[in-house]
Amino acid sequence: MKKWIPWLTVIVLAGWLLSTLRQPPETGFHTRDFGRLPVLLNGRIQPFDSVARNSLLQIRARQSLDDATADQWLVELMMQPAAADKRPIFRIDNIELLNLLGLPEKQKYYSFNELQPHGDDVDKQAQRIDHIDASDRSVFEQQLMKLYNAMQMYQQLKLTLCPVDSKDLGIELAVYQKLIPDGVAAVRAKEAGKKYDDATLTEFLGFLAAFDDMSKYALPLVVPPLQGAKSRDDWQNLGATLMSLSRGEDLNPATQSYVAMVAAYQNNRPDDFNQALDQYHQWVGQWYPAETAKGVHEAFYNFFQAFYKAIILYVLAFLLAVIALLTFAIAPKASETLRRTAFYLIIFTGLIHTFAIIFRMVLEGRPPVTNLYSSAIFIGWGCVVLGLILERVFAVGLGAAVASFAGFVTLVIAQNLAIDGDTMEMMRAVLDTNFWLATHVVVVTLGYASTFMSGFLAITYILLGLFTPMLIQKIGTGQVELGKILTKMVYAIVCFATLFSFTGTVLGGIWADQSWGRFWGWDPKENGALLIVLWNAIILHARWGGLVRDRGIMNLAVFGNIVTSFSWFGVNMLGIGLHSYGFMEAAFKWLMLFIGTQVAIIILGLLPTKFWKSFEAKKPAPAVKA
Amino acid sequence: MPLTRLIKFFASLRLTVVLLGLGIVLIFSGTIAQVHLGLYKAQNEFFRSFIVFWQPDNVAWKIPVLPGGYLLGGLLLLNLVAAHTERFSLTRKKAGIWIIHMGLILLLVGQLLTDMLAHESTLHLRVGEARNYSESERAYELVVSDVTDSKAAQIVAIPERLLQKQGTVSPAALPFSVRVLTYDLNSALTNQAADGYDPVKVTGGRGTDGFWLKSIPRETVMDLRDLPSAIIEIVTPQGSGGTWFVSAYIGTPQSFTWQKHTYELLLRPERFYRPYSLRLEEFKHDVYKGTDVPKNFSSRLLLNRPETGEHREVLIYMNNPLRYAGETFYQASFDPDDQGTVLQVVHNPSWLTPYLACILVGTGLVVQFLSHLVPFLKRRRAP
Repeated sequence: MKKWIPWLTVIVLAGWLLSTLRQPPETGFHTRDFGRLPVLLNGRIQPFDSVARNSLLQIRARQSLDDATADQWLVELMMQPAAADKRPIFRIDNIELLNLLGLPEKQKYYSFNELQPHGDDVDKQAQRIDHIDASDRSVFEQQLMKLYNAMQMYQQLKLTLCPVDSKDLGIELAVYQKLIPDGVAAVRAKEAGKKYDDATLTEFLGFLAAFDDMSKYALPLVVPPLQGAKSRDDWQNLGATLMSLSRGEDLNPATQSYVAMVAAYQNNRPDDFNQALDQYHQWVGQWYPAETAKGVHEAFYNFFQAFYKAIILYVLAFLLAVIALLTFAIAPKASETLRRTAFYLIIFTGLIHTFAIIFRMVLEGRPPVTNLYSSAIFIGWGCVVLGLILERVFAVGLGAAVASFAGFVTLVIAQNLAIDGDTMEMMRAVLDTNFWLATHVVVVTLGYASTFMSGFLAITYILLGLFTPMLIQKIGTGQVELGKILTKMVYAIVCFATLFSFTGTVLGGIWADQSWGRFWGWDPKENGALLIVLWNAIILHARWGGLVRDRGIMNLAVFGNIVTSFSWFGVNMLGIGLHSYGFMEAAFKWLMLFIGTQVAIIILGLLPTKFWKSFEAKKPAPAVKA
Repeated sequence: MPLTRLIKFFASLRLTVVLLGLGIVLIFSGTIAQVHLGLYKAQNEFFRSFIVFWQPDNVAWKIPVLPGGYLLGGLLLLNLVAAHTERFSLTRKKAGIWIIHMGLILLLVGQLLTDMLAHESTLHLRVGEARNYSESERAYELVVSDVTDSKAAQIVAIPERLLQKQGTVSPAALPFSVRVLTYDLNSALTNQAADGYDPVKVTGGRGTDGFWLKSIPRETVMDLRDLPSAIIEIVTPQGSGGTWFVSAYIGTPQSFTWQKHTYELLLRPERFYRPYSLRLEEFKHDVYKGTDVPKNFSSRLLLNRPETGEHREVLIYMNNPLRYAGETFYQASFDPDDQGTVLQVVHNPSWLTPYLACILVGTGLVVQFLSHLVPFLKRRRAP
């Protein structure tokens, strides 16, 4: 039937995706263009746009404001802080914390001006809490630390491009430059105990104090190292370069451009701002082409939000696949069209998923998995690929349903893991090895993905079997029972999972042997990986030994989800070992919830066959009395 | 035949599944136990043991709850070997299974060998310092040295396992015996009376300064080391030569004279000497610009071996150890002032086994699954 429907659907959705990539030309201040400028923060080159988005994530738990983009907000914060201080952006949910600060409970977001009078209370509490182990902190204490860190970061960002009370940085710079000879002379004279002009000295020292504050606290380093600097990493902040003028150094071209931009913004002159911005873009592009390209590309990556869009498409595909699955007995032709549509749509979404992963890898110069966030994205990718292969081989909609479901869930998990800010942080010394990140980490992550995949397939078996008669319905060209197909799928995936998890685990051991001389150290994360290997081995051996039948294998595979989630997330929550990333309160709640659902499904799976819709039909018909 | 039944039992898949299941329980509980016991103790109780016992607080009895790592590993090995002699024939169809299981046997045996033969110690060097020995991370030794001739000191080291027995040790090189009166593997020390502490009563040396001592449980946290203390008596053929208090808290030697010879006593981490020395030329601790996230740690060392005339520079950094003379030196830690390095020294004769095992099992798994997958796909292709 209608062969063009699947194609049309994909083309329409691709059109939608492309339309989201169109950026209308900017009017007023070109903040979007400003967002592409490269700076150095967290030890890596990134665009202002990433600074803006990641800071907002930590402050507001969103990447933008209701009435401003992240870039617009950051520009305002750095150039006209008084205006930014009025914006309600600090998200506070904890009632205890609100009571402490004496703030009304009905709002969700609070402005810096509202918080500032209580800054001392926050500081005092934070100093106390700082001594408590992160895992021992109460919810209130965690929330307070979060607010404290957000406020610190906010105030540091403010000092990036101008002193707190700056009115017109252009004029101030001119005054300061003119003052330098007399100011320096006054300082020398005072030191030597000679006569000096008190007014000159005070004014000069006032400038220095303001710039010194900037140089000490400003967060991103915005001024690239000049030619002849020792290292390409030798970026400076604006305050430091302004200070250095008093030591007789020349005005850095970057500093000059930034001052021009700030002055234009302060005087509300968009054209001057844009002109200074263009000039600086040209200059930095000429001297720092790699850094500039990184900034532009990462800003595009941020703007694309590929993973977010993939979530939407996966949900759509999942709905199509489920409807296809539920209707194949009633309306086989329509069902096949839907299945095909879902299949194509998942391929398309998978390509976007892949593209975004590769884009990220190139930006970072790293293999795909570098932290928990990227492991979620990669597990999702692995599940989608496995699901697509299953769909291609069996063509019954099951692979598509599970692929899109796994893709959707893992990407949602990733979005929630990204809330802490920068997801492309630099790798600590021992992890700084692309070889092992590319082998051990990738393989073991594929092991997680395939174990989850078999678990998800097993869940469909149990749910379909219990609540529908579908497991014994014949499907596809071969007219094989759906239940039999599912059994084959789960078995095949468990085999893959064994291969990946074993190889990945042993490769991890070899890495450990390479870096600290111990192949196996019983570290929690190692143990977690080993648990997955053993669990998959149990499933295989139990099947070969005839100890379990189809339903038993399904229940074992569902339990594999519990084992994998423990290994992926649970061990990080123990707060011990080399792989621990700190306690994650919220994640713990979700993990428990997930394990609860899996246990419930296993209990359902243990129900005797007479309760299974798919198998009750097999009961022999009652004998008819003669 | 009971014997065939026994072999059948050991070769059964049912046993495999039960053992793997117990393995999962053991590893899970051993991982959780690390939160309270610390890695070292949990490792010893769960994985490097035959039986895991459960002992409630403040009671003398304990009950076995789980087979330990050694027992499970051994049984799995037995199960594997029995299964191959009893059930499997070496056919092409089973080639994958064979390779997998040979790899597993190699892995298990290799880890057992590592456990028995591997030896770890640490080498701490300040910049400019050269050492030809490393030190044990846990064990101590009592050193009695005859320093009468300052150019050729005679050194006798008594290892902790002998001290622990609290008996009399009579090294041939010494004209007297050393009787260990008390030995605390880990201790706390004060210089004033305190609850739970006993006064140290000895006749000579620093111990007469007035110390109070308490025996405390051994450290379970990975990075903390025990601080042992002992009271010893020098037993000469003519009778007691006095009692001394030696302790990890006392870092300098205590001396005494006997028969015109001057001796020194020191309790120090056990040392392992080598025929070559390493000198720290430079230690580097790089961080990412604008952060305190470490980017790299590296130690530039000078290796010096007089007997072979070897004299060269070596560089050790993260993920790049030095393999030399059957030992491997890893960058493990550093001094807070960045002026010293701590190298982990590992001697492990079976370090290659996991590499081989990994290749074998990986190959086996691929062979096995392909031998199922290819025919399956062919069948599906055929109409």
